[in-house]
Amino acid sequence: MTEQTGTAPRISVRGVRKVFPLKGEEFVALNGVDLEIADNEFVTVVGPSGCGKSTLLNILAGLDSPTSGEALVGGAAVNGPGPERGVIFQQYALFPWLTVRKNVEFGLKTAGVGKAERRERAEHFISLVGLDQFADALPKMLSGGMKQRCAIARAYAVNPEILLMDEPFGALDALTRVKLQEQLLDTWSAEKRTVMFITHDVDEAVILGNRVVVMAARPGRIFEVIDVDLPYPRTEEVRLSPEFSELRNRVWTAVYHQSEPGEH
Amino acid sequence: MATASLTTRRGISPSARLVVLNIASVVGGIALWWYLAEHGFNFPTPPEVVEAAVDLWQKGLLQEDVMASLGRVLSGFLLGTAAAVPTGFLMGWYVVARGIFEPWIQFFRTIPPLALLPLVLVLMGIGETPKIFVIFLAAFLASVISTYQGVVSVDRTLINAARVLGANDWIIFSRVVVPASTPFILVGMRVGLGSAWATLVAAELLAAQAGIGHRMQFAQIYYDLPTIFVGIVLIGVLGLIMDRLLLAAEEKLTGWQERR
Ligand SMILES: Nc1ncnc2c1ncn2[C@@H]1O[C@H](COP(=O)(O)OP(=O)(O)OP(=O)(O)O)[C@@H](O)[C@H]1O
Ligand SMILES: [Mg+2]
Repeated sequence: MTEQTGTAPRISVRGVRKVFPLKGEEFVALNGVDLEIADNEFVTVVGPSGCGKSTLLNILAGLDSPTSGEALVGGAAVNGPGPERGVIFQQYALFPWLTVRKNVEFGLKTAGVGKAERRERAEHFISLVGLDQFADALPKMLSGGMKQRCAIARAYAVNPEILLMDEPFGALDALTRVKLQEQLLDTWSAEKRTVMFITHDVDEAVILGNRVVVMAARPGRIFEVIDVDLPYPRTEEVRLSPEFSELRNRVWTAVYHQSEPGEH
Repeated sequence: MATASLTTRRGISPSARLVVLNIASVVGGIALWWYLAEHGFNFPTPPEVVEAAVDLWQKGLLQEDVMASLGRVLSGFLLGTAAAVPTGFLMGWYVVARGIFEPWIQFFRTIPPLALLPLVLVLMGIGETPKIFVIFLAAFLASVISTYQGVVSVDRTLINAARVLGANDWIIFSRVVVPASTPFILVGMRVGLGSAWATLVAAELLAAQAGIGHRMQFAQIYYDLPTIFVGIVLIGVLGLIMDRLLLAAEEKLTGWQERR
């Protein structure tokens, strides 16, 4: 693929509408969604449950197609999944018959990576998420948070340029969550990836993103996009700054007081 | 007395208690049989049955019958399963295959395989083929539906997870669909083996020159009750052993499942 010009967005969503059949009627999960994500941008998405966040992510992942409108990645219409897009699912989606290690190696194996390198890379990402001791355990022996960490390691292992993450840290304790947030930001700034990160945690949305996309439900749509002008790295200092709390209040208001004026 | 003190003693695990009860129940059952045989019922006593078994063994008939029956049931069962698994996969994977196979499978499923024996005997003669064929059918029909159900109930998100990790159709099939439907297949195989075994013995009663069923049929003519009992016990014990072997395989192959 050729180098994109500086202004070309990595991901663009244009006029996307998604309708699901529901008891003989139509349920509008997404309506008129326009969104552009620049190369190397980190965009977080928040919104009430059922507003279509996962639906939007599935469309970008190539697992579902819009009823109308279009989704483009790198200038080309999305047509199925691709190795440049890594996905972390809300429901972990680990293969229950494979150990943690084999789960993490799955994508490397399909990509034809040799055994020794596969093992080494899996090892690296397993210890990154702190599952060293459970490398040979089956998913049924893991807690919810550990399953989620395994799913993260599995997606990271194939080293995709674009990460589509659906509430990846949702089931984690506060400490692990902060550790993985920092880890994610480190990798993101070191290797420059384009990230779309869904969360229901307003703090998390602000601390991670360049921009926060706030969605609304019925029909699912983008309600407001808030720029986060906080410097990286987002240190503790940044987390405690008045600018941060002002931004999180803005996002909070946009998410939880959607009926009030704020149309864009 | 010993069992009573064992079961009440603290620290004995529930499973050990269960085994003790199982053994006690079997011993008690045999004692009851013995008692009834001695008191007016027209049964052979346990020693008479053992004697008949030893006698058959010494003549080499017991081994011959067991080998004949097991040979038939295993070849029919293996052929039936080998045909059922790919058919079930095709039905789960391709609508066309489902459309073609489903009416036939649903139709033949309602017919006891044994009911086809007269037809099969006429068409295939009285050698081994017709017997193996009805066993094949019994095993096939039991396994094909459960394999199909296994394939269609594979969790969609697992397939999606494999797709975003770069899996093509073949990889999704071999590394996701096959393992995910293994529990279903094994359940189908167990049902299939049970059904194959039952069908076999009945088929041997009707038409065979060797086999456990044939031995019992032969004994019936001479009013040889101990031999009939030997046959019944053999059928039960062999059936149980085969079922336990498959259960062990099932536990080994599907131990990854979360049981709630
Ligand atoms: N395959 C489907 N068939 C029918 N309706 C669907 C389907 N997938 C999603 N929906 C509906 O679309 C709406 C949006 O679902 P989606 O999963 O995108 O929400 P979400 O924003 O991710 O919610 P949450 O925060 O709870 O994960 C929901 O009302 C859901 O019921
Ligand atoms: Mg969701």
